[in-house]
Amino acid sequence: MASRFDIRRQTGFPTVALFCFFLLYLPLSVVVIFAFNAGTSIAVWEGFSFRWFVQAWSNQQVVDASIRSVQIASVAAVIATVAATMAALATTRTRPYRGLTFKYAFINQPLMVPEIVTAVALLIFFSRIKIATGYSGLGYLMIAHAAFCIPFAYLPIRARLESMDTALETAAADLYATPWQVFRRVTLPLLWPGIIAGLMLAFVISLDDVVITEFVKSAGQDTLPTYMLGQLRRVVTPEINAISTAFLVLSVAIVTVFFLISRKKT
Amino acid sequence: MAGAAETARKAERDDIRKRWLLSAPALLIIFFAAAGPLAIVVVYSFLEPGSYGDVRWTFSTDAWVSVILQRDIFDETLSIADAHVAIFWRSVLLSLATTVFAFLFGFPTAYFIATRPERTRALWLFLITIPFWTNLLIRTFAIQEVIRNEGLLNVALMKLGLISAPIQIIYTDTAIMIGMLYVYLPLMVLPLYASMEKLDFRLVEAGYDLYATRFQVLRRIILPMVKPGIVAGSILVFIPSLGAYVTPRILGGGRNLMLGNLIELQFGQGRNWPLGASLSITLLVIVMAALLIYIRYAGTGGRNHG
Repeated sequence: MASRFDIRRQTGFPTVALFCFFLLYLPLSVVVIFAFNAGTSIAVWEGFSFRWFVQAWSNQQVVDASIRSVQIASVAAVIATVAATMAALATTRTRPYRGLTFKYAFINQPLMVPEIVTAVALLIFFSRIKIATGYSGLGYLMIAHAAFCIPFAYLPIRARLESMDTALETAAADLYATPWQVFRRVTLPLLWPGIIAGLMLAFVISLDDVVITEFVKSAGQDTLPTYMLGQLRRVVTPEINAISTAFLVLSVAIVTVFFLISRKKT
Repeated sequence: MAGAAETARKAERDDIRKRWLLSAPALLIIFFAAAGPLAIVVVYSFLEPGSYGDVRWTFSTDAWVSVILQRDIFDETLSIADAHVAIFWRSVLLSLATTVFAFLFGFPTAYFIATRPERTRALWLFLITIPFWTNLLIRTFAIQEVIRNEGLLNVALMKLGLISAPIQIIYTDTAIMIGMLYVYLPLMVLPLYASMEKLDFRLVEAGYDLYATRFQVLRRIILPMVKPGIVAGSILVFIPSLGAYVTPRILGGGRNLMLGNLIELQFGQGRNWPLGASLSITLLVIVMAALLIYIRYAGTGGRNHG
């Protein structure tokens, strides 16, 4: 483009865009900065300190809720990823067959129904089962999380599969590999980055959930987000900022790794 | 010859059966813990409320009547219906306002990212996605920190001498809208960016060659070409706004309810599960209607949603 006239330019757009980025990051920065406040205020700066991180770390409720969050997210993410991988294998690289559109719609169903509606439905359904079976453990939360994590895990796995052609698999089959050997030695290694990406997305999505957890959990089953939701109704100290900051760092770390993996091309 | 065709057809049938078996776990989990229970909600919406929550198994359309009661002006429970209508109305208006503002902010942002050099584009995109993957609750808490009476915004404005007393933003409809805008903005930017990335700038150049102004180029060339992105972004912002629960609960302070909070109320203090169920179905129907509009405008076969 030799001319000085930039056809891509639109007056004022960069200003609005940069303002947007500023607005997106300002509130989060405030939360992080006041996590290190020495005083008890979340508005007046009184010096630098780690005291709120220490306090959060020694708060048994916070520790319990964190452990519970990670437990649920780990189990739900693994279940969701395994199910999503199988579903992706079943719905890609094929001629359209009867039921394929139905499968797409059904797998994406949790994305289309408002969370509050699913939450209400699960509250009703699971409360019946809880009474009927007497079991009220974390299993309900794990299966509920697995369900809404499936579409998120499915996305990168399906995308990866669609970019792989079947030549290598055909070659392996020609060399007398059994279907299982083809899957184990050819398909799976090629698909691996997609699976890892799906697993991490599912983990973050489960870790972040508030609404469905709030409705499905039994007494004493607070996860970190539902614990925080309860705390926000009271007087807030920088302890919440400290928890948020730790949470934020974890999410950002996972998403960064996710980005690096999905950008790397093999 | 017929034998070979028969074998091929059998192989295909086997392949399809194998594919159903493979997708079974995902379909079953979603059926059991997401889609199936919706049917129970429909059943519950036609029952009577129990005294301590849950339901009595007697058929009744009372719950549905109290969702739409506003039309029946001779009924004595008119005041309750008024409250429902107000909440429906507020939910729709706030969601629409959020969508419009998200577009006004999101469009220039997406355009800005799409016109960056290839190298830095990924980074800008990453900066948009980071807040999106951050916990919704934390983001709502963060915006609360900025707009509350002793928060950053009011303190800054008072320090600058622009105002003498804090502006009451928190616990108003405006607060809910700002919160939803903040939380859902990336959902507008991402699909807009996706459609702008493919934008053919030769058409823009042709427009300038024909003496179009920058605004004419924007309105007559760029906007029509990125329309699918606009529709997708609007739907992606509008739908979660309509069903929002956490943001209005925190920023609305319990007084300015939206549909999500009204539904929750029926399962908590309200102890009217059938009404909660019928309100949920109502919300679901509105969302499905919005999705149908989306499919009619942007949907072409094979296009994946989400």
